[in-house]
Amino acid sequence: MSSPGRVPRLLGRARRLTRNRDAIIYAILIAGVFIVPAIANFTQGTSSGVVLDQVANAGVFVLLAIGLNIVVGFAGLLDLGYAAFFAIGAYTYAMLGSGWLDVTAIHHAVHIPFWILLFVGMGLAALFGLILGAPTLRLRGDYLAIVTLGFGEIVPRIFRIKIEWTGGINGITALDQPTLPVWLTGPWAGQDFALTRNQVFGLDPVPYYVLIVMLIAVSVVLATNLYRSRLGRAWMAIREDEVAAAAMGVNPVIIKLLAFSIGASFSGFAGVFFAAKLGGIDPTLFGFQNVSIVILVMVVLGGMGNISGVIVGAIGVYFLQNVIIPQLPIWTTGAASSIGLSFLNNPNGDWAGLGDEVQRLNFIIFGLILVGTMLFRPQGLFPSQLRQAELTKGTSDQSVFDASTS
Amino acid sequence: MVIIKIAPSVYQFGPSYFVRIIAIGIALGAIYALIAIGYTMVYGIVELINFAHGDVFTLGAFISLPLLVTPLWHLTEGGGGGLGIVLPLIAVFLIVMLITGLINVGIERVAYRPLRNAPRLAPLITAVGVSFFLEGVMYLWKGAVNLHYPDLLPDNRFVGGTFSAKDVIVVIAAVILVSGLAIFVNQTKLGKAMRATAQDRDAARLMGINIDRTISATFFIGAVLAAAGGMTYGLYINSINNTLGFPIGLVAFTAAVFGGIGNIPGAALGGLIIGLIRAMNDGYVDPQWTDVVTFAILILVLTLRPTGLLGMRVPEK
Repeated sequence: MSSPGRVPRLLGRARRLTRNRDAIIYAILIAGVFIVPAIANFTQGTSSGVVLDQVANAGVFVLLAIGLNIVVGFAGLLDLGYAAFFAIGAYTYAMLGSGWLDVTAIHHAVHIPFWILLFVGMGLAALFGLILGAPTLRLRGDYLAIVTLGFGEIVPRIFRIKIEWTGGINGITALDQPTLPVWLTGPWAGQDFALTRNQVFGLDPVPYYVLIVMLIAVSVVLATNLYRSRLGRAWMAIREDEVAAAAMGVNPVIIKLLAFSIGASFSGFAGVFFAAKLGGIDPTLFGFQNVSIVILVMVVLGGMGNISGVIVGAIGVYFLQNVIIPQLPIWTTGAASSIGLSFLNNPNGDWAGLGDEVQRLNFIIFGLILVGTMLFRPQGLFPSQLRQAELTKGTSDQSVFDASTS
Repeated sequence: MVIIKIAPSVYQFGPSYFVRIIAIGIALGAIYALIAIGYTMVYGIVELINFAHGDVFTLGAFISLPLLVTPLWHLTEGGGGGLGIVLPLIAVFLIVMLITGLINVGIERVAYRPLRNAPRLAPLITAVGVSFFLEGVMYLWKGAVNLHYPDLLPDNRFVGGTFSAKDVIVVIAAVILVSGLAIFVNQTKLGKAMRATAQDRDAARLMGINIDRTISATFFIGAVLAAAGGMTYGLYINSINNTLGFPIGLVAFTAAVFGGIGNIPGAALGGLIIGLIRAMNDGYVDPQWTDVVTFAILILVLTLRPTGLLGMRVPEK
């Protein structure tokens, strides 16, 4: 029998947790990780892989958004060329984890395992972040944004032009699939218990799904710890007032450089995973409009500086762009037939049919959603509560940190 | 180093090819300058990288298209119309500039003004949203195909076929517009208000300047120049499509940064230089590398001289 205060204390703790918005978001996300495969299995049956495949793709963008959030949200540096580091990671895997180098002037394919290249891609992206950042990070805010924009435009173009090394516009295909050195098979795979060696991921999306969930979990823990570390506080100080932070002994250039290259390293290892999962890449996958800007939208829309908000933003924008908006024509034609307006579905003169007309609205719908969300919530859907507290309550003598919740 | 690299090919292709390349470079540079001025003015006054500006440029070209092919003018292609095209062209120019300017004022009111005191990235995201929206509207209107733009300007060649009447007309149009703008900004009361607002918005407001009206006027003028640029581009290249604005906008933005962002003469000069560099690279090195060269210049300029060619050192606000 424990002390009588235990149950109320637990209740109080639970109540505090349910008031903590970010804890609820994480709880829902964790539950979703387990529920989504179950629902997919239940509703889609054998084709449930399609759903998990989409979710795993969305996961890549979640990783990217977590990484960009370090640069943009924590340190307040606008990075408009994040796709470049993503491309560097992806091409690292494509060149070193396939038979490709045999075709190039090297004439010798290297099949380095996925697990090693994950770190190589991460390191290379961080290195490029350092190379780009070192001379340019002393520039004031918007000039840095423009430099990154330029870098983000250059990298995919070089991958496109250097055909003899990168395959040009056709890219590199037939990449190795990741293998697990040791794996335990059992009844869940319809086999007897056995230790297998060199288990290949294959075309089944489930291993990728599991892997991306694990990578995201590790990234969230890493990013959260960084945020709470001395470095994280330095980032925030730089973000709010660089001159004051420098006066307090924070070295702005080194602190910014760290934000920049740590952010880039997330993008690099997201790139390696992305390449391994797709099995083939080409330079059009790393453009400004389809990656750099989209990730920035995810971060800002979700709530800059708040990891849980950014994850929700990434998932939301990904599904809006890749699932909901592409499905709209099918839904509207279905709805039109079911309410007796099916004549709208057929082309008639200038009218291309309801489905086609709705499909033409895709860009307009996405644009309107972006503008509308920003007008409705300029600070993002789930902004950082700590930052809000700093900005709104910081003037009173009350402590900004509530010791009981942090 | 670059000069050493292209010098042999310049020699090899001869002087008339060189003049042709320069003429194309100046004409394209004039178009880039028209767009770059809009970027630089908007940045100077509200510190927003207006990602929708390139699409406003395309919108200008799209709006002018039905106005040019209307039977009202009986315009004939191939430059056979003689001087009869001058008045209709000027009329279409004015109509398109007015419509596009008003549209941009509307965009500012809906998408940027409510966010003037919001976090700095919020208007950037709405600008991206407006960019998608405009591309979508043009897609809905004409589809995602390359559209033929009427070839109305005469193509008489001068000096051994090196430069054409087209090049000259494009440059003259740009010079007239930019000088008009310079007179407006430096001589009129509204122009003075713009300069004051760009320098210090709060002080300008205290001096009795209507900030909202001044910012609206800036967006109007930016769009007027971009629309004129779009129409000029159409008349010069004779082909447009709905996603044209984004890449061209990036190049024009590079030009604005090159000249010193916020600086109007700088943007004009930057546009011209970028146009020349791109034409030289297209003509002598390899068109594939032109964009890489452009953006590499952007990075180099910012690293070595962050304020651009004509920019002044401004303290971080």
